[in-house]
Amino acid sequence: MLLASSKFNQLRLDHLTRSFGSVNALQDVSLSIGKGEFIALLGPSGCGKSTALNCIAGLLAATGGSIYLDDKRIDQLKPEDRGFGMVFQSYALFPHMTVHANIGFGLKMRGTAKAEISRRVDEALMLVRLETHGHKLPGQLSGGQQQRVAIARAIVIEPPLVLMDEPLSNLDAKLRLEMRAEIRRIHNQLGATTIYVTHDQDEALSLADRIVVLRDGQIRQVGSPRILYESPDHLDVAEFMGYRNRLTGKVTARDGDRVTVEVGTVKLAGNMRGEIPIGAQAVIAARPDDVTAIDAGDNALTATVETIEYRGREFVGTARTEGGLELIFHAPQAAAIGSTISLAVDPAHALAYAA
Amino acid sequence: MQKTDHTPPPSLRQRLALRGMDGVTLLVLPAVLFVLAIFVYPFVYGLLLSFEPKEGGMFANYTRFFSDPFLYNTIATTLWLAVPVTIISLALALPVAFRVRLMTRQRLLTTILVLPVTLGTVLVAEGLLNFLGPQGWFSRTLMLFGIIDSPVKLTNNYWGVFASLIITGFPFTFLLTLSYVTGIDPALEQAAATHGARAWQRFRHVFLPLLVPGLAIAFLLSFVQAFAVFPSAILLGAPAGPTRVISIAAYQAAFEQYDYSMASAIAMIMAAVQLVIVVAVLMLRNLFYRGSTAGGKG
Repeated sequence: MLLASSKFNQLRLDHLTRSFGSVNALQDVSLSIGKGEFIALLGPSGCGKSTALNCIAGLLAATGGSIYLDDKRIDQLKPEDRGFGMVFQSYALFPHMTVHANIGFGLKMRGTAKAEISRRVDEALMLVRLETHGHKLPGQLSGGQQQRVAIARAIVIEPPLVLMDEPLSNLDAKLRLEMRAEIRRIHNQLGATTIYVTHDQDEALSLADRIVVLRDGQIRQVGSPRILYESPDHLDVAEFMGYRNRLTGKVTARDGDRVTVEVGTVKLAGNMRGEIPIGAQAVIAARPDDVTAIDAGDNALTATVETIEYRGREFVGTARTEGGLELIFHAPQAAAIGSTISLAVDPAHALAYAA
Repeated sequence: MQKTDHTPPPSLRQRLALRGMDGVTLLVLPAVLFVLAIFVYPFVYGLLLSFEPKEGGMFANYTRFFSDPFLYNTIATTLWLAVPVTIISLALALPVAFRVRLMTRQRLLTTILVLPVTLGTVLVAEGLLNFLGPQGWFSRTLMLFGIIDSPVKLTNNYWGVFASLIITGFPFTFLLTLSYVTGIDPALEQAAATHGARAWQRFRHVFLPLLVPGLAIAFLLSFVQAFAVFPSAILLGAPAGPTRVISIAAYQAAFEQYDYSMASAIAMIMAAVQLVIVVAVLMLRNLFYRGSTAGGKG
């Protein structure tokens, strides 16, 4: 393999801030990214993840803080002087150039010799499996193929850093899964340091070595996919990671990290995140997968079914408790809308946060 | 009646509807009549009239035009005005459009730039006569600073008409150019920049190739407008000499010599010259990429 990523050891964001008027789209973001890492910036729209990416790319000037590539400060450099590769949400392929010319663009701008460009473009085409499409115009390719050209264009210059701005959000569901695997494969093959912006937690979980969760322009949590999936630090991060059920009650017992929370008359158990004293209010957070419809039991929540969807192996529905709380649950069998069901929360996977 | 399994053939109405013609199609009639009456009829009438000269055979008007330098030189005179004016308008409009594209409040500037269009040629000509004339501010200012000794002659010659055509033609060219420039997906420039292209390279390799088809159209529309120059050629120019453009020749034939046949022939020659330029530019335009200027689907 001749394509490789250039050498550097660390990209460092140091109190990076970007404000638009009085609004801080990005506030005091500090982060170190090591060579070869795949980092996902994850968050809902408006959380500042694209702002962060554009600041790193140089397309947006930071209003505070600095960016270092090893010891070199780069936040004052123009985008063309940073030498990063970038993949855009809208692909941004040059419509008047062939696939070959699109991929070779960065090399041509750097004044690379023609033969060398041709050799490296062919290699990149092979990497994204588009060997036979080099002579076509981007308009003649499908969305997935176009995005692969965009990826090839970004990596062919062997950049120290590849930036990807929601590259899969314009593709349909099936293609998105395929391209996800493709991106991971290319990353494994080249080891290029990658920053990947997405609002899709599945994408972040499956691709990234580390996930950075942003909210309101600030970092909420940084961690491995496993840590973020299983034990998010904050309730809002948990919600974003799929803990969609929240049940508030009083802590009645504690045993190490395990707490028991009394929600109405029902006792629910969960793993404590942070410190919650006995007698304090706490929120039990659980994924729909861990809230199961059961045959009536002593210690079960009762709720009225409002919607029910067929999901193949099982059913997923919403139900409302007498207290007016909406719960999302899963069930092996269909439940009739309007019927009353019992729901159990899996104590092994439920989390408890201070309310 | 005999029963039949065959479906009856579609009626005429159904067959017309399949081709997209129904009652609504009739609404096109007023427009068709208008085009026939205002454009096609006068054109055909003029064409036929040009073949019925006052004296001589069918082509006598045309042979007279192309054998009299006083007449055929008007083609070169008009081109010598219209082509440089169009090219310079475009050359000015392009950088301005590139700057305006980045502005958040474009409206004020666009209004100022477009204002000359609303003034009309005659008002602009009057203004220029005062401004560029021998006693005008332009010469006076230059003399005040000692840059020149005697007033520069900028009216009643080529340069007066030139300036007037630029002023009245520029807003039009600019608006067209701006719409083409802003029509290019900004992500393309960002992509070019992140992949190492400097400002000039971004213009040369990304913007320019995508703009060529639009600029060709802007060129043609501006050119046709400038080629028909008449009021400013008389008011600001030297209509007997260096700015005796082809429309003046047609005017003189029609209203000074009352030779409508000759005037029609000149009008036809004028149309032919424009047509040659238009076809040539469109053919050149075909050599370039003319597709979408967006960077991808979605």
